[in-house]
Amino acid sequence: MAHEKTTPAIELINVSRRFLSPTGKSLTALRDFTMTVERGEFVAVVGPTGCGKSTTLNLITGLASPSAGEVRVMGGPVKGIDPRIGFVFQTDALFPWRTVIENVMAGPLFRGKPRPQAQASARDWLARVGLSRFEQHYPHQLSGGMRKRVALAQTFINGPEILLMDEPFSSLDVQTRVLMHEELLRLWSEARASVVFVTHDLEEAIALADKVYVLTAGPATVKSVYTIDLPRPRVVADIRYEQSFIDYSRTIWADLKEEVETSYARAAA
Amino acid sequence: MTDATMDISSRAFRPGTSDAEIEAAAAKAARHRRRTVMFWRVAILVAFLVLWEFAARLAWIDPFFYAMPSAIALRLYEWTTEGTSEGPLWYHLYVTMEESVIGFVTGSVAGIIIGVALGRNRMAADIFSIYIKVINSIPRVVLAPIFIMILGLGLASKVALAFVMVFFVVFHNAFQGVREADRAMIANARILGASNWQLTRSVIVPSAMSWIFASLHVSFGFAIIGAIVGEFVGSRYGIGLLINIAKGSFDAAGMYAAIVIVMVVALGAEYLMTMVEDRLAKWRPQPLHETQ
Repeated sequence: MAHEKTTPAIELINVSRRFLSPTGKSLTALRDFTMTVERGEFVAVVGPTGCGKSTTLNLITGLASPSAGEVRVMGGPVKGIDPRIGFVFQTDALFPWRTVIENVMAGPLFRGKPRPQAQASARDWLARVGLSRFEQHYPHQLSGGMRKRVALAQTFINGPEILLMDEPFSSLDVQTRVLMHEELLRLWSEARASVVFVTHDLEEAIALADKVYVLTAGPATVKSVYTIDLPRPRVVADIRYEQSFIDYSRTIWADLKEEVETSYARAAA
Repeated sequence: MTDATMDISSRAFRPGTSDAEIEAAAAKAARHRRRTVMFWRVAILVAFLVLWEFAARLAWIDPFFYAMPSAIALRLYEWTTEGTSEGPLWYHLYVTMEESVIGFVTGSVAGIIIGVALGRNRMAADIFSIYIKVINSIPRVVLAPIFIMILGLGLASKVALAFVMVFFVVFHNAFQGVREADRAMIANARILGASNWQLTRSVIVPSAMSWIFASLHVSFGFAIIGAIVGEFVGSRYGIGLLINIAKGSFDAAGMYAAIVIVMVVALGAEYLMTMVEDRLAKWRPQPLHETQ
């Protein structure tokens, strides 16, 4: 058992992912991609728009399978959708016809928990994200930030050991975003899940993560990995003014900029 | 009503106007607008009927073919009080409604089930889509004589016709609704732990519901068409039979009277359907003025 605990939460080993375009052409989204996420580690993945960042997440969930290479979760190969995984989407993926509490209850109910138990657990999670007063509201009656909090509660209620996030806060305004960062770090420090956080926002990545992976312009592969040695707990609103944060920002941006420019030049060509 | 509230809020008030005053002004404007709309609706109907009546009486149009509102009203009165030449009106109406409702319910249930099933199964959809296209290209009413030949003059043949009228409309919308279901939402449900059946039942079908309802609105009208066309072709009872008999005896007023009856029933059904839909779709965003 002891060695099982020491296996990384997620391993992607020389993974490539090709898919067919509607015209039947083979496109490569990922090539020779290698990444390791330790247990309880918060990893951020940054890269130019459309380089294949989201593809890495789909490979881990089992919604997509690699064309070459190997994906391992908790030391085992990925077979279908792993129940230990939680996913927060970029777009609104709440069920609009369900009330807030029914949205949060969805996971436990799908997994066969009895209704009263699911309901109690959902109440608890809504309290933790500060939405107890909105149990009976429908998603459209909430603000974008509140909907994201519902989405977080909906994901965390399943007690995921691995949390995948695909630009989850990109649609929020800057202030709400900082609040959501704090909220996420708090929930994460309680749950101690391993996180892969995909974003195109470098500052967000540095403020949140232990490690930042910089990807190349598509087909994506790992360009460089930075360990962010900022002390925790972090106060996201203030951390961006610290000298070490600014240094990280400058260094990583120099690296990322090249890729962004390559990607932009390609799109313009 | 939306426009009315918009109007009032875009109007400039003098400084110092209280919220209560603005709200009162808005409520007044909304009432005023509702009354204006209602007035013109009634006025246009009355003008149309009066014009029709006079045109017929002054022989601008031939009342033998076009009847006139007073004659139609009289015929409706006779039918409701004394019954038609073929027996009581209510029985005919009952027969037509029975055929329409059974055809509508079975047709929409079958349409939803098969639409969702094929929407969820791409392989089956690819195989069967060609047959559905072929059958769909048949104008439904030409099936009436066949159904009557096979199923007889009674209920079954009309139900079958109403069924085929309804089925394809509902099927297409259910199928399309399933295909349009949001991908992120489906992925979310699957990762949250939904099995295939849970996914269908609690994500796919609810998200296709607005498509399905759009088709149910038109398809009750189609069910009535099916029933009445069936009755034209061969029946012993029903509104379609009344129209047929009125036609045979050159009774224009009778034909129009039957049309009025069908119109009223279809409007009533439409109203009921809207009520059910509003109840089921209470999760949808309401326009601002209604929530406040």
